Amino acid sequence: MSAVTRSSVSTGLSLPIPVLLRRIASNFILRRLVRALITIWIVITLTFFIIRLMPSNPVDIFIQEQMSLYSMTYDDARAQASALFSIRMDQPVFSQYLDYLGNLTHGDLGKSFKSFGTPVSSMVAKFLPWTLFSVGLSLLISFTLGMALGMLMAYRRESLLDHILSTIGSVLSSVPNYLVAMVLLVFLGVQWRVLPLAQMRGSMTPGIQPGFTLEFLGDILFHAAMPITTYVLTTVGGWMLTMKSSTITTLEEDYVTVARARGLPDSRIMTAYVGRNAMLPLFTQLAISVGFIVGGSVLIEAIFVYQGVGKMLIDSINQRDYPVMQAVFLIITIAVILANFMADFLYSWLDPRVRTTGGSEA
Amino acid sequence: MNGLGHTARNILDDLWRTLKLMARNKVGFIGFLGLIGFILLTFVGPSLVPLAAESHMADIYKPPSAQHLLGTDFQGRDIWAQIVHGGKDVLIVAFLAGIISTTIAVTLGSLSAVLAGLFDSFIMWMTDIWLTIPNFPVLAVLAVFVKLTNVWALALILSLLSWPTLTRAVRAQVLSLKQRDYVEAARALDLGTRHIIFSEILPNMMSYIAISLVFSMTAAIYAQVALVFLGLVPFASNNWGVMLSLAWTRGAIFYKDSLLYIMAPVTAIALFQLTLVWMTRSLEEMFNPRLRTSV
Repeated sequence: MSAVTRSSVSTGLSLPIPVLLRRIASNFILRRLVRALITIWIVITLTFFIIRLMPSNPVDIFIQEQMSLYSMTYDDARAQASALFSIRMDQPVFSQYLDYLGNLTHGDLGKSFKSFGTPVSSMVAKFLPWTLFSVGLSLLISFTLGMALGMLMAYRRESLLDHILSTIGSVLSSVPNYLVAMVLLVFLGVQWRVLPLAQMRGSMTPGIQPGFTLEFLGDILFHAAMPITTYVLTTVGGWMLTMKSSTITTLEEDYVTVARARGLPDSRIMTAYVGRNAMLPLFTQLAISVGFIVGGSVLIEAIFVYQGVGKMLIDSINQRDYPVMQAVFLIITIAVILANFMADFLYSWLDPRVRTTGGSEA
Repeated sequence: MNGLGHTARNILDDLWRTLKLMARNKVGFIGFLGLIGFILLTFVGPSLVPLAAESHMADIYKPPSAQHLLGTDFQGRDIWAQIVHGGKDVLIVAFLAGIISTTIAVTLGSLSAVLAGLFDSFIMWMTDIWLTIPNFPVLAVLAVFVKLTNVWALALILSLLSWPTLTRAVRAQVLSLKQRDYVEAARALDLGTRHIIFSEILPNMMSYIAISLVFSMTAAIYAQVALVFLGLVPFASNNWGVMLSLAWTRGAIFYKDSLLYIMAPVTAIALFQLTLVWMTRSLEEMFNPRLRTSV
């Protein structure tokens, strides 16, 4: 029995560990960067082909519409389309694609159909900061809160507090976030009238002067409060439960026992020994979570009428404003990919084992 | 005749043992009962509760009564009847999407683990990339171009959601099972790759696959209801998503009496999601061969 186990272990680790580690570590960040760039390129390419080459693609539909609605000639309609999508239509498809890539690197995302001629990039610049603000702040709050509560649950295992928090966490994380948003809005705003929801719409009160004043910061927090509450409520359960199980595993590690035996103060063991190691699985989850929250922002922002890119995407889809739709989709995806890259970066900073040449860390 | 009765008894015995196994986890068992309840409600219920399509302008937003269990909507139609009739599509699409994405994940994941090498790297690279692209915006944009008018098209699009996570999980599971003693023993006995995969590895992954199926169903419900709510999937028939969307636009945000109309689909969807998540706890025990023999 033991002989079989030993042989299978040795086949599993045929490469000497230091060599393997060095190979991964020497270019961990570089590899992640390359992967992020390739992902962005793939998304851009896919979007181009969907917009331009699919049967019944928006460019052809637009040309047809212009010809039938305004009795334009085909050439005029095509010229119009090429201006709006910033694609030179008289070129072969491949050089159109290169053009498109070139324009994107200049930040030229085309022009809106509906608010005629407005460059999409200026619309994105207006809407994107609000999504980054609300989603970023929510992630920070729910990550910290989930981590603290998860550790607390692990230290007070099987207590009443643990059971209550576990139940709340699992219920909240299985209910779709847009339902939570609706329930919050219906009860707080319509049934009990606790919150002035009509005033809370939008991303800031019109006429207020942006700047680092207390008034402005209070105002944008007031407007972002409902989306942030929803994001935090629906994600904190996941962090909490992951942190709890990860802390329990870490507490059983030898180095924690040794630290206790050495008589280190509990607070130091909790932060430097348990906390730092137990956090690691959460960072791998951060990648998926960022994508999920940003994706969900499409719904949450629509429900609370919060002027972010999520709402911009839905509005452009409903109005069939294809250049805006395409640009917002790209921006959302790129934001998520960059956030993932940052999470990888943080991970490698927290866990030296993935970047140093190995051996120094126990 | 006697033999037939014998097998019938065996099956009943098996069923009883399985039920006993499921009942070991209370939360899981509640989830299991809830799922049966939902299936009865949405598949048998419609033949018992008639759906009134015409509007009654005199009965708009009536409170609950013996005649209307959950009151009436903005056109005076019974809300309970709409809940009973509105679940079928949601359940069918979720189940189909779950089956499709689990099939993709099990196939790609186990092939990836068994074949290794270039194929493995390629699949892992694909899942990496797909995981970083936010799912819901992709679905929303795709829904504009693909006509999602039938159940199958919708299920197929939704199954795009969860295959990468599942594929990675299945691959990791197969990789770890490959190293187990009994698989090594089967290999040493030269029992053949097919035997090893179907008789040694897959049975030990059943709980895992079943749980993955349930989780991809919840993901499918999340996205499906959201797409219907945003009006990106044109469903003419009764559907919890359509109810949600109508309740939202026709009263929930300004009319106090419409509380039940919005809360009915919200509760139905949320409860169904909870039911599924809870059920996974029992599935874990049911398919775990080690727990099974100990009963």
